[in-house]
Amino acid sequence: MNPTVERVRATFGDAIGRAALARDGLTGVVIRADALRDVMRWLRDTPGERYDYLVDVTAVEFRDRERALEMVYLLRSLERKTSLRVKVELDPQGELAVDSVTPLWAGANWLEREVYDMFGVVFAGHPDLRRILMWETYAEGHPLRKDFPLRGRFSRAEQTRQALNANPEAHYSLEELSIAESYDVLPADMRERLRRGERGKIAGAE
Amino acid sequence: MKHVIETKELAGSPNYQLTTFQKLVDWAVSRSRANSLWPMPFGTACCAIEFMATAASRFDLARFGMERQAFSPRQADVLICAGRLPFKLAPVIRLIYDQMPQPKWVISMGACASTGGIFDNYAMVQGIDTIVPVDVYVPGCPPRPEGLLYGILLLHKKIKGESLFDAVKRRDEQPLDERGLRLPPDEIDEISEPFGNSIHQFRSA
Repeated sequence: MNPTVERVRATFGDAIGRAALARDGLTGVVIRADALRDVMRWLRDTPGERYDYLVDVTAVEFRDRERALEMVYLLRSLERKTSLRVKVELDPQGELAVDSVTPLWAGANWLEREVYDMFGVVFAGHPDLRRILMWETYAEGHPLRKDFPLRGRFSRAEQTRQALNANPEAHYSLEELSIAESYDVLPADMRERLRRGERGKIAGAE
Repeated sequence: MKHVIETKELAGSPNYQLTTFQKLVDWAVSRSRANSLWPMPFGTACCAIEFMATAASRFDLARFGMERQAFSPRQADVLICAGRLPFKLAPVIRLIYDQMPQPKWVISMGACASTGGIFDNYAMVQGIDTIVPVDVYVPGCPPRPEGLLYGILLLHKKIKGESLFDAVKRRDEQPLDERGLRLPPDEIDEISEPFGNSIHQFRSA
């Protein structure tokens, strides 16, 4: 068991739930959702902990409907060469919301967007929370949820219609394009659409 | 040549042949087209690896007049979709197809491009023929280079049978209809129906 667990429990008390050593040798510790930001900042900044690298953010929903949907944060301390798995349990029947850790690790930005896209978890405080894998006008829901049908909710014809009517240029935000320094060489009409914030529309849909 | 151009030997004078101008033009044009097809590779998955092997020295696509990979739809004759096509790429391949000048052909390479393959799920187009018209389907997962070459030779055969003067044998531009679809919705649903192992998976599962 990672000794960090005892130290974080001593600091945050009952915000820290059960902890267990997993098969892969990593310690997983469950923390309360409202304490997430504070605990993560403490883990990142405290001398002796220094979990400075956020390896991954993902989520797990179990087939057992009684079990919680788990947010999983994999932390790594590059200088101490140890890892810690932090989990937050959310009620899959209720509203899926948790604080964003993007203010702590900028690399969490796209990872949290992926979790939002696939599971519908809303991250409070995320600077740019929108879909990242599916297109932004995707209307069928969040594909990795257990109640999502494998082939999607719409008929194949409707899926094809929506896909063909999507604007493939609208996947990039103004910021992304300006970072890529390609914004200035875009065609004028595309620049204008991006300036208006157009994300693409589905013909015939609300 | 002998099955295209009718040869007439008049008695005592075998030194000239008669044919129609149309047949002569079709013979010249269709062979020119078939023997210098410029491919537009649209590689999305493992089929693209086999496509690269086909283009490389051992199998050598250049033997069939495909020396130049176009990489620009404006200079391409045949679109080779090598790999599965997610719905997110559907408008992209349609745009590329629309940008290609006539005459143009499409090869659907591999099980996933042809039918959706193992990816019978929410994200994948169930056969690119719901997006663009397809001339040759190459089966396989992925097809070996020989398979792709066979498909290309079949396309050569098809092109050589086309006629400039017979609109039935020539494919016209097929724009999307007012719904933005290539085919009627019920036809797309029919094409996209589950088959093989995936019929055992319930839609609501």
